[in-house]
Amino acid sequence: MIALLLRDLKLAFRAGGGFGLGLAFFLIVTVLVPFSVGPQSSLLSTIAPGVLWLGALLACLLSLDRLLALDWEDGSLDLLATAPLPLEAVVSIKALAHWITTGLPLVLAAPFLGVLLNLPVPGFFWLVISLLVGTPAMSVIGTFGAALTVGLKRGGLLLSLLVLPLYVPTLIFGAEVARRGATGMETQTPLLMLAGITAATIALLPFASAAVLRINLR
Amino acid sequence: MSIAAKANTLWEYANPRKFLATSERVLPFFWMTSFVCLVVGLIWGFFFTPDDYKQGSTVKIIYLHVPAALMAINCWLMMLATSLVWLVRRHHVSALAARAAAPIGIVMTLIALATGAIWGQPMWGTWWAWDPRLTAFLILFLFYLGYVALWEAIEDSDTAADLTSVLCLVGSVFALLSRYAVNFWNQGLHQGASVMRAAAVTGADTEEKVSNIYFYPLLVCIIGFVLLFIALVLYRTGTEIRARRIKALLARERLNG
Repeated sequence: MIALLLRDLKLAFRAGGGFGLGLAFFLIVTVLVPFSVGPQSSLLSTIAPGVLWLGALLACLLSLDRLLALDWEDGSLDLLATAPLPLEAVVSIKALAHWITTGLPLVLAAPFLGVLLNLPVPGFFWLVISLLVGTPAMSVIGTFGAALTVGLKRGGLLLSLLVLPLYVPTLIFGAEVARRGATGMETQTPLLMLAGITAATIALLPFASAAVLRINLR
Repeated sequence: MSIAAKANTLWEYANPRKFLATSERVLPFFWMTSFVCLVVGLIWGFFFTPDDYKQGSTVKIIYLHVPAALMAINCWLMMLATSLVWLVRRHHVSALAARAAAPIGIVMTLIALATGAIWGQPMWGTWWAWDPRLTAFLILFLFYLGYVALWEAIEDSDTAADLTSVLCLVGSVFALLSRYAVNFWNQGLHQGASVMRAAAVTGADTEEKVSNIYFYPLLVCIIGFVLLFIALVLYRTGTEIRARRIKALLARERLNG
């Protein structure tokens, strides 16, 4: 059942065109940064890990309002809620689908954008690792935000306001891993913290998301 | 049944009528005492304590800064408690109290940030630094904004109460997480922050480092802020209850007419 749902979601995302949108946004943000701070390569390589993390985070945020809104509009969310599958599982699967369609492409695209920003060579490995560990947390947290605002007319802006503060710990530790990796410092502590946050959000937040969704579907 | 019939439990104030009657009775007391405490504390602090040998008279902003910061955090804790009560026991007064408290928390956070900046300018030579405490407060401010925005965005008040309660719970965990994450981030980033920490101007450090000359008026100010906060929350909760009643009355009228 889960596999079926997953496939269904992947198809929906690919047909909806949301798939490439996040990537394009990530690219544009990365390209705009040198225009705003200047083309000095030393400056760019210093800020590259942080900029790439921020870009990935914003790209992730951009696709959140489509996460549940489409299913809400056509009523399939109501069906999912009455299905034998617990809503916690539905929400987890939604987050997983969001990660596969948004998080994973961002992880894979990040090294290429790192070239644009003159990222130091050891930084590439750590950038990919940190994004790989951190993006699932962003998807899960984002699902919670999407579930909170799903019934609202002007939910998009509110969604950013609600979700961005929740992203702070993930961003701090994730960018720290990438930054330390790029400068050749040890990365174990922030990486473990980041992994801890991801594991805890995956384990606990679906319950909150499902609870919120139940309230919204009432 | 016998528990419900017992008169002197806290839960009896979950009845809006009882809450309004009692809060109206005690409100003048809270207004008066907070006013007296603040006047005494601030005048004592501003005019009857010596200047600090290093900071000069700027040290006196502590009488606004520390109580406001304390109340900003305690306000969130109060919202957390009332949110839990709402989720567990479904008392409307509790949810409305959380709603009433949030804007007070925003103002307290702003006061703490603003006085901190005004204090920081002569002392640290900068209005703002990405010091862990400052940053954590800014994040708290963002959480308050999101919380209030969610309240405002949802029309059905019970749904809004439910959603904001869950947001408050989740937000508390993340706010705490951010508090320690920020600590980590700063140490990893600039070493210079240790100079600011040595100044120990904020939060818990003060109580160990501030001498008693400053501490007693500060204590009076803190008591004054606490009383003022209680008075404001009771007052605003009363307003929320009345607004809810007006809404119900209007709805009933529309139904009949």
